[in-house]
Amino acid sequence: MNQVLEVSNLHKAFGGIKAVNGVSFKVNEGEILGIIGPNGCGKSTLFNCILGQLEPTEGAVKLDGRDVTNMRPSELNRLGVSRTFQLLQVFPELSVRENLILAGQEHEGSMLSRFFGPRDAGLSAKAEQMIGFFKLGHLAEAKAGGLSYGQQKLLDAAMAFMAGPRLVLLDEPAGGVNLTMLGDLKERLRAINAEQGATFVVIEHNMDFVMSLCSRVIVLAEGKVLAEGTPAEVRANPAVIEAYLGH
Amino acid sequence: MAEFLAYLIAGIATGAIYALAAIGFTLVWQTSQTINFAQGEFVMLPAVLVLLAIKLFGAPIWLGALIGIAAFILIFGVGFKLTIVDPMIRHGVLPLAIATMALSIIMKEGAKDGFSAEAQKFPSFVPTETISVFGAAISLQHVAIIAVAFGVIGLLQWFVGGTRLGRQMQATAQNPTVARILGIPVERMVLLTFVINAALAVVASVLISPIYLAKFSNGEVIGLFAFIAAIVGGFNQVRGALVGGLIVGIVDSMAAAYISTSYRLAVPLVLLVVIILVKPEGLMGRKEERRV
Amino acid sequence: MTAPATHSAAPAARRLPLPAFVDGTLLTLIAAAVILWFAPSGMGRYGTYVLSLWLVMSVAVMGLNLTLGYAGLKSLAQAAFMGIGAYATALLTSKVGLNWYASFAISGLLTFAVGLVLGFPALRVKAHYLAFVTLAFSTLIWLVLRNEQWLTGGVFGLSNIPRPSFFGLKLDGALPFHRFVVVVTFLLAVVLWWMIRSPWGRAFTALRENPIRAASLGIDTRMYTLLAFAIGSAYAGFAGALYAPLVEFIDPSPFSLSQSFFLLLMVVAGGAGYLLGPFIGALLGVVLPEWLRFAGSLYLIIFAAIVMLLLIACPQGMSGLLERGWAKLTGKKEGAR
Repeated sequence: MNQVLEVSNLHKAFGGIKAVNGVSFKVNEGEILGIIGPNGCGKSTLFNCILGQLEPTEGAVKLDGRDVTNMRPSELNRLGVSRTFQLLQVFPELSVRENLILAGQEHEGSMLSRFFGPRDAGLSAKAEQMIGFFKLGHLAEAKAGGLSYGQQKLLDAAMAFMAGPRLVLLDEPAGGVNLTMLGDLKERLRAINAEQGATFVVIEHNMDFVMSLCSRVIVLAEGKVLAEGTPAEVRANPAVIEAYLGH
Repeated sequence: MAEFLAYLIAGIATGAIYALAAIGFTLVWQTSQTINFAQGEFVMLPAVLVLLAIKLFGAPIWLGALIGIAAFILIFGVGFKLTIVDPMIRHGVLPLAIATMALSIIMKEGAKDGFSAEAQKFPSFVPTETISVFGAAISLQHVAIIAVAFGVIGLLQWFVGGTRLGRQMQATAQNPTVARILGIPVERMVLLTFVINAALAVVASVLISPIYLAKFSNGEVIGLFAFIAAIVGGFNQVRGALVGGLIVGIVDSMAAAYISTSYRLAVPLVLLVVIILVKPEGLMGRKEERRV
Repeated sequence: MTAPATHSAAPAARRLPLPAFVDGTLLTLIAAAVILWFAPSGMGRYGTYVLSLWLVMSVAVMGLNLTLGYAGLKSLAQAAFMGIGAYATALLTSKVGLNWYASFAISGLLTFAVGLVLGFPALRVKAHYLAFVTLAFSTLIWLVLRNEQWLTGGVFGLSNIPRPSFFGLKLDGALPFHRFVVVVTFLLAVVLWWMIRSPWGRAFTALRENPIRAASLGIDTRMYTLLAFAIGSAYAGFAGALYAPLVEFIDPSPFSLSQSFFLLLMVVAGGAGYLLGPFIGALLGVVLPEWLRFAGSLYLIIFAAIVMLLLIACPQGMSGLLERGWAKLTGKKEGAR
């Protein structure tokens, strides 16, 4: 099985504080991997290191065997890695469709074609498809800032998939979303995972969400990997239970 | 060699003045995201106001000085914050920065039209003779400037490090969000930094105007040097601005002495570009995490 | 600082039977160009000159609008770039005898290249450091212009700058040259209009609104930022190339740091991020002083004060005010800004 992502001995220290303290794991193609852990365990820092938002103090990140450790986020994205954000980051002044076209335009053509070519960079059809898939149909022309929180979350996810990424990192996708939306979101994510064959890594607090969506789970505590395995295995692991004090 | 010493002392003197301007600039930036493009004019105006007070009220020097200084601190310390910064900060950093550019134009043209387009003599509070040290003619004025400026900086350091109020202000400057969580009255601290900035500008103005005369256009160069000092030194508050200011002052003094006078200004500029390329966080600053 | 979406969704209500690529802004530009072509009749030489000056400054402000209003960068060197363009054109046309069109192109290319060189290192750091690098650059250019008398004429400047001709037709008179300026300005505005509507414009907007998110979508923020800065600077070069033959004599004073501040104020006053904003801003900056002649140099204070009040009341400048007014008039209910 193909290893899409490999993180080796990653360290990230802020001054004297070790946020990530030697984390290693692999992600196989098509997997949905969950990363959980109590607050402050280093999940977000880990993500930011993988994505080039922060420079790790030590260690390496490999994408399909290629070392991408110090690549900038935009370069990484063009290699096929996309992400969603914990704190919502859609473009409020642009319409939903415009947001989606923006999400894909840098993957189509060249700088020249983006200047001389069509306004939508040839992505109108794809955007329509995404809008349909994520059930945002009636909102295509609406300004993204006017959408409800849950709808913006769906848009955020849709944007991550516009460019047909190889690897998607989702940062707390379930945060602040109501139960009905949550079911929709989970179902959509599973569907697109099956359809596009993309690999997911999900950080989450919501236990039910993680356990029902992910095929494999890693538990972080104090910057280190505490346990690894299927949701059931991890749930039963006494060290995990202790670190978490229940869920 | 003797000449070199004189130039060095001159450089340290003007450098200390630029440091005062740079400290205020940095403080205000760090606590309230205000990039004050009018900082140079802040150093130019107090002297003009003092001269104006003397002229208008026919007051003796000390009274004129008091009136001018009080007026300045009130208007450009408290007033600046309340009428310009507060209403605008909610629109973001950019509009506020532009507003300070507008302010700098108003202050400059105001001084030109309201007072004089010509350079005016400003009374020196210290003797202007020179003394002989190691065969070099050292201006007492420079020595006095160094003493006063360093004294003020020392006072500021004591205040920031040694008093409760000062430490609260420093906390606000380093991280306003956390400071608020810690229960520090951030609004009041921010106001304090503006008042301190105005006060530092006053001191700088009073120290530099006897040498360079009071002219409405002084702000351009002083402002430029204050910015360069702040960036070269790094935004590590007092230490950074002090180091930056001294370097700029010495470099400028040496450039005037040993390089062509018409390109004297270019040397600190080149220094700025070099620092931005090589050590962008400044000599004393902390490296910022790469974000994008 | 927010600005309207660069691509307006067609309102379902009124839809004119026009080809898809034409929008309100383009129509306004065309209409304005036509009006300005005929406007100077009966205005006399000086009035015509002011109109031409307004248009030339608009070009410089348009460039700065791209840099500031779309990419969110504070450039304090726009006037310096204009100076580079003006002196380059002046020297090439009067000393070297090159035709204006080639000089125009060279001015633009030169300022574009300098913009790239200047911007590249500065943008590796924090974006707002560009302000200080451009401040330093401005001062440096001004020093060179003033000191290198053999090249620039120093404080005595360059005079007898020739005006271009068009296929043998001489454009020396105020009216013919004004019309030439109208055409060139129109073309430059259309290029910018096209750019903003294209995916480039979308990327610029993303860059300004949320650079971190933009980067995570594959937008090479450094490159787009550099591009916005370099193109903005090139427009200043173009403006300079028009300015030199317009005033026929140049010296360093219109290209000082103060002038760069002034240009920034014009962008903001007109409305940063609005395509037509620069024309309004330049109107305030160029035509207003003419009306306020009696106030002498006080007009600068008045202008700066207006800008400050405008910033407090409506950071989107005059364009923002007009937009609000229009929305109230037509009773449209836009989403909250």
